[in-house]
Amino acid sequence: MTSLPRPPEHGAMIQLETVTKVYRMGNVQVQALRGVSLRVDEGEFVAIMGASGSGKSTLMNIIGCLDLPTAGRYLLDGVDVRQLNENQLAVIRNRKIGFVFQSFNLIPRSTAVHNVEMPLIYAGLTNGRRQRAMAALDAVGLADRAKHQPSELSGGQQQRVAIARALVTEPAILLADEPTGNLDSESSVEIMRLLVDLNDQGRTVVLITHENEIAAFSKRVVRLKDGLVLEDRIQDQRVEVSA
Amino acid sequence: MKLVEALALAVSGLSANRLRSALTMLGILIGVAAVILLVAVGNGTSVQIQNQIQSLGSNIIYVSPSSQRVGGVSQGFGTGQTLTQADVDALNDKSQAPDVVTAIPITQAQGIMIYQNQNWFAPTSGTTQDFPQVRNYQVAAGSMFTDSDVRNSAKVVVLGETVVDNLFGGDPNAAVGQTMKISRQSFRVVGVFAPKGAGGLGNQDNIAVIPISTAWAYLSGGRGGKNINQIVVQASSSDTVPTAQNEVTQVLLNRHNISDPSQADFSTQSQQDILNTFGQITGILTLVLGAIAAISLVVGGIGIMNIMLVTVTERTREIGIRKAIGARRTDILLQFLIESMFLSGFGGVLGIVVGAGLSKYLATIASRISTQFPPPVVSIPSVLLAFGVSVGIGLFFGIYPANRAAALNPIEALRYE
Repeated sequence: MTSLPRPPEHGAMIQLETVTKVYRMGNVQVQALRGVSLRVDEGEFVAIMGASGSGKSTLMNIIGCLDLPTAGRYLLDGVDVRQLNENQLAVIRNRKIGFVFQSFNLIPRSTAVHNVEMPLIYAGLTNGRRQRAMAALDAVGLADRAKHQPSELSGGQQQRVAIARALVTEPAILLADEPTGNLDSESSVEIMRLLVDLNDQGRTVVLITHENEIAAFSKRVVRLKDGLVLEDRIQDQRVEVSA
Repeated sequence: MKLVEALALAVSGLSANRLRSALTMLGILIGVAAVILLVAVGNGTSVQIQNQIQSLGSNIIYVSPSSQRVGGVSQGFGTGQTLTQADVDALNDKSQAPDVVTAIPITQAQGIMIYQNQNWFAPTSGTTQDFPQVRNYQVAAGSMFTDSDVRNSAKVVVLGETVVDNLFGGDPNAAVGQTMKISRQSFRVVGVFAPKGAGGLGNQDNIAVIPISTAWAYLSGGRGGKNINQIVVQASSSDTVPTAQNEVTQVLLNRHNISDPSQADFSTQSQQDILNTFGQITGILTLVLGAIAAISLVVGGIGIMNIMLVTVTERTREIGIRKAIGARRTDILLQFLIESMFLSGFGGVLGIVVGAGLSKYLATIASRISTQFPPPVVSIPSVLLAFGVSVGIGLFFGIYPANRAAALNPIEALRYE
């Protein structure tokens, strides 16, 4: 990873330059993204919104380095991901991105602490893994549930374990894809408060959602439609989060 | 990722589906156990035959007349009558054959044996008083006939245990001193040999031994003459067998005035030659048995591949999660490869235990049923090979499913329901 180019613009965590993405579905070409340019700086809390089919999932996959753009440039923390091979992308996902999914996506039959520990195992860490995992669980308020399996936890608790897992590697961005989609409203607020807290501590958060109430927790809203950025505005009326 | 962690991961993955893992292991277990058991049976046969050949006597060289040729047509093995008592005397001459301890002539006679109302058939050998020493027989009752019996063509006989069993109700002491008939000639039983056991080479206890002069005088029937079917030569030690064999060949070539060894009218065969021949035969037997058993090992391997493919499909989503949080291709590959190798390796270890245990059990059962059945002998190389092969099978049949897992697209894998 030593030969990677240096960041061209200081402070830009995510920099998308006219990114397009074309899928082939059978004989049909689907233009999921038609030229999205977006810049997210360190410490921002951005909500990416859009109806289904607007391209927001595709955008999330590209931001999360699970997929590569067909054309255009994507710099993550100054690294051009188009130049990276599969293994290097895995390392980027491990070190720079913390995923939070709609369906929690914890590994079944593994304890909470083991789930949180997993990214550190793939990072090749051998010492202090357990302590770091416990610290991350503590940060989401679940230290007392460390030995529980996902099936023994409520949806909200599972999602908090997932957030602890996303945080444990100290990633550059937290990428949350509909994190409250499978939760009741009370748990949803809990999770959103946690994300707001983390953002207040300086963490960059990118949130993908189609719900206005959820997007209301963010500082900035980017609206997608038909693979293009429709609207990009700073939120003045942010939800009051002080409990 | 460290190997210990990968192993722990594999164990937790397998323990999630205990019954399935156990059944898959059973396939390999049966395969490995079958290989070990059948190879042990083959080995047991080999060991038994070796022991029997050894028990024929130690450091032995057999001299047989070559087949007689009549007008260029071979008359078959042993039909020649080229060996004489003078040949035997020459071989017993230390100045001519220094490495030969004793040479005894053997002439084979046949005839029905009768004692009171019992009758029996056993090959009767005419030989000299040195027979027990050379052929490694012990006299259990009475004594061997003597030098003077041989000189005087005395009608005395020493019997093997099987003959005593069938004519004298199995009591050696009751047999000694009795008079029995062989080919309508009366013989006095002077001794009985201790049993040597039976097996692949036939029953060595079903014999009767009489002085060779007596055999020539009374039992040769119409064939007449002083025929010698075989000379059995004992070398001084196992190291001197080859030199003794050379000396025997030289002495006999000189005596028969033959200059070209390829034209010899006799042939020599050491015990080692016979051991080698049987070793080849039993080696092939063992190989065939092992190959048959190996088929079940392959079937077990296919079972592993089948289950691993199911596992990979079932855990597609987990693979997607792992990839999203930073697992590389090799991490996933290793995880599933170690799982399949653990299945086959652990199944292999259990198979070794079961195979070795069954071999031991079979050995005790076999000895109870019949002395003819060779007790299985587990060979260490077959155990190591079976373990190595079972792990290798896990590797071979695990690569395809593991590769499929590693190659999964993380986006599609995460979407998999």
